[in-house]
Amino acid sequence: MSYVNQSLQKKDAMALVTGKPVYTDDLAPKDCLIIKILRSPHANAWVEDIKTDTAMKVEGMVCILTWKDVPKKRFASAGQTFPEFSPYDRLILDQHLRFVGDAVAIVAGETEAAVDLAMKRIKVKYRVETPVLDMHTAKDNPVLVHPEEDWESKFPVGADNKRNLAAKGHEEMGDIDQVLAGCKYTVDEVYHTKADQQSMMETFRTYCTKDHFGRLNVVASTQVPFHLRRILGNALGIPSSSIRVIKPRIGGGFGAKQTEVCEIYPALVTWLTGRPSKIVYSRYESLICASPRHEMEVHVKVGADENGIVKGIKVEALSNAGAYGDHSPTTIGLTGHKAIALYRNLEAYAFDYEVVYTNVQAAGAYRGYGATQGLYAVESAVNELAHKMNMDPAKIRELNMPIEGEPMYDYDGNLTRTASCAMDRCLARAKEMIGWDEKYPYKDMGNGKVRGVGLAMAMQGSSIANVDVGGATLKLNEDASYTLSLGCADMGTGCDTILSQMAADCLETEIDNIVAFGVDTDISPYDSGSYASATTYATGNAVINACGELKKRIIRIGAQMLGVEPKQADFDGKKVYAGEKEVSIQDVAYKGTCGNNQELQVTASFSSEISPPPYMVGAAEVEIDKETGNIDLIDYVAVVDCGTPINPNLARVQTEGGVAQGIGMALMENVQYSKEGRIRENSFMQYKIPSRVDIGNIRVEFESSYEKSGPFGAKSIGELVIDTPCPAIADAVYNASGVRVRELPITPEKVAMGILENQLKGEKNR
Amino acid sequence: MKINFWLNGAKKEEEIRPDTMLLEFLRSLGCYSVKRGCETANCGLCTVLVEDRPMLSCSVLAARIDGKRVMTMEGLQDEAKEFGTFLANEGAEQCGFCNPGFIMNVLAMTKELEDPTEEEIKEYLAGNLCRCSGFIGQTRSILKYLEYKKESNMEKQENRNQESAEKEVQA
Repeated sequence: MSYVNQSLQKKDAMALVTGKPVYTDDLAPKDCLIIKILRSPHANAWVEDIKTDTAMKVEGMVCILTWKDVPKKRFASAGQTFPEFSPYDRLILDQHLRFVGDAVAIVAGETEAAVDLAMKRIKVKYRVETPVLDMHTAKDNPVLVHPEEDWESKFPVGADNKRNLAAKGHEEMGDIDQVLAGCKYTVDEVYHTKADQQSMMETFRTYCTKDHFGRLNVVASTQVPFHLRRILGNALGIPSSSIRVIKPRIGGGFGAKQTEVCEIYPALVTWLTGRPSKIVYSRYESLICASPRHEMEVHVKVGADENGIVKGIKVEALSNAGAYGDHSPTTIGLTGHKAIALYRNLEAYAFDYEVVYTNVQAAGAYRGYGATQGLYAVESAVNELAHKMNMDPAKIRELNMPIEGEPMYDYDGNLTRTASCAMDRCLARAKEMIGWDEKYPYKDMGNGKVRGVGLAMAMQGSSIANVDVGGATLKLNEDASYTLSLGCADMGTGCDTILSQMAADCLETEIDNIVAFGVDTDISPYDSGSYASATTYATGNAVINACGELKKRIIRIGAQMLGVEPKQADFDGKKVYAGEKEVSIQDVAYKGTCGNNQELQVTASFSSEISPPPYMVGAAEVEIDKETGNIDLIDYVAVVDCGTPINPNLARVQTEGGVAQGIGMALMENVQYSKEGRIRENSFMQYKIPSRVDIGNIRVEFESSYEKSGPFGAKSIGELVIDTPCPAIADAVYNASGVRVRELPITPEKVAMGILENQLKGEKNR
Repeated sequence: MKINFWLNGAKKEEEIRPDTMLLEFLRSLGCYSVKRGCETANCGLCTVLVEDRPMLSCSVLAARIDGKRVMTMEGLQDEAKEFGTFLANEGAEQCGFCNPGFIMNVLAMTKELEDPTEEEIKEYLAGNLCRCSGFIGQTRSILKYLEYKKESNMEKQENRNQESAEKEVQA
């Protein structure tokens, strides 16, 4: 039986659908201290004085910690491999408060009521200063978000705290200005994306206890257990060996939980008091002081010759880090790389970027990680270019898309050859599915409504080349079952299951014979964690390597039992055999536990020098009401090349879910600030994510290439799938209404106003 | 204050503070399937059945269930498993955090609506958010589940008809 490429149920499915208590807050001891955070009402202020004595008199209060009580050593809270690209710009609590919601005090007590009352009785005197809220004026602004001398950037990423810069850089190939000047057609536009929120259903939460060795045990809803252990050690100023991180089932992440957001607070409280403690963020906190997408303005210049060959792309990106620089130097790289690399005939390109500090919520990692912003901009610009030259946007893609064996300027700006790639088939199939040739550009429905179609391409990576490490420990148990210990974090995506599917095939055993286990940093093998579309590819390869080595050991012991040389023996999953002689796997397993000098346990790591891109094409059909500007998404088709889908059902749902998030980003999700720097969309009442009546239909198909370096030919899928809705829907709206919206989200107001503006300008409307 | 109610079929008498919300109260009684995803009654994760009707337990005072019958997923394990199998067969349970509230509402829907259309299903469940699945797989699983229920009801009906016919013959 082969399990790879089969749509198995997830191993944890029945526990999840029957509501078993498997998440952090379900497992927390009932005597946990309750922790809440007193937060800054100001965007830029200093704590001049803080009085906690009255608050501490509330019955049940245990401690109130302020900036005076925490270590004075700065750290980064981004979950990245060491040394992090992100600046060391945080303290657990700082006297300087840098955004509305920044932490002022950690308040811990025996009951929620006591903590709530104590919070009201803390008296803080703030020295309020002018904030820098506009990312356009942040660089070299006299107001510095990080004026402190102990700010540190461990990498030369162009960061400079005395200029409000979290990163700055320039990359180029050829003479871009000359190439663009020689293009018959060019587009020069700016596209603006917002600080969208991951909005996983389980908000941030953590509980901590001290164990019998006095070590800090941290149970956290995190995507990065090993990085979290290091970050907490850095922040607390204690060795990581004093910390154990356990990841239970987690209620979604999408990158939000690739940053240490709330974990440090119970870690500090339990470390200091010795008592169990927990924190559960409200949705409000998750929307104002967490780790959303980087807001960006992306300026694109793109040019093509008279035949539609795209000769040059120039991308200038301005990214808003907010108050802290986590993930800022890394997200911005993808903004240029993943979009520029889609065009194979380039004679020149340039990519300039600046990431600035401002006094708003700090950004972090969100599915797509900068690529989403860049692809919205570049794919939109290419659509505009196609319209300008009166060419079908699908045609300009056909002329310029990545083709297997053809040139590609890859993620490091190197000229390479495109490896596994079925983009051509993805486009052909997407056109067929949406009925492109019949529907492009629009169809007047005759009732005041017009339907339009639009499309876009995208690519992402599979793990960070030369950085990410996948890990797997595999052991043969006494009963001939296998335990697969993992350090990557299943956050609902099903990686525990798909990695077990791979192991079952490698070991030629039943899927139920594989026990998946993860994650406990004391026990699991090191893995950099579940982010950067790494798990299927990097951890998958580690699983395959572990299986290969364990099989060798099984054969070695089996051969010994048969009295033959290992090279004369083989293993078929059930027995080790040599000619007529055989010994069962069960007997080998018993032998492993008795009088044995050869451990039947293997740990394997995998890190890749390349990051093979998965590809996709998305196409949208929208219906616009000409009077109101109302936008109904009728249909969305997504055709994906993720190499071999290890579990087609799970890959499909990943795609549907990612596309739905992209639809939210395109049409609904907005983050706006008051003039004081307060986020207006601070609950699900205002921050609207799509419900099931908002998304129309999403139809997914796979056009698989085979990635030679991937496990069973697989590449990644998790991030790629959020990338196409923004540019595809934007162009569908344009085709239907004649209105080009270059600032997300694309709302009915913008479309209605755009129709009026076009009328005033005397442009023909649909 | 003291309240009397039935939780998953068992009679209970509990002392509560008057300002206790039903969500926190149910979790304190060990009903951990009841989840919170927001504070503004937008997400549907906390859905439980009060007198067989779906309610957002985040927005109901515990005092309001005095004398009433409350069901959480802990009391509907067989039903949850039956529908949940369809959900899991699509891979649409994903992180699972929204599953209990969503499934409670699906179970309520199957009792309230007869043979609903896809539009009616979406309308009924519009208040149940999910950020992982994009909802499409959930809809697939509901349609398949309803089809299965219809078929098994028809079978039961046929069996009943056959039985009564056999009885008539015997008589």
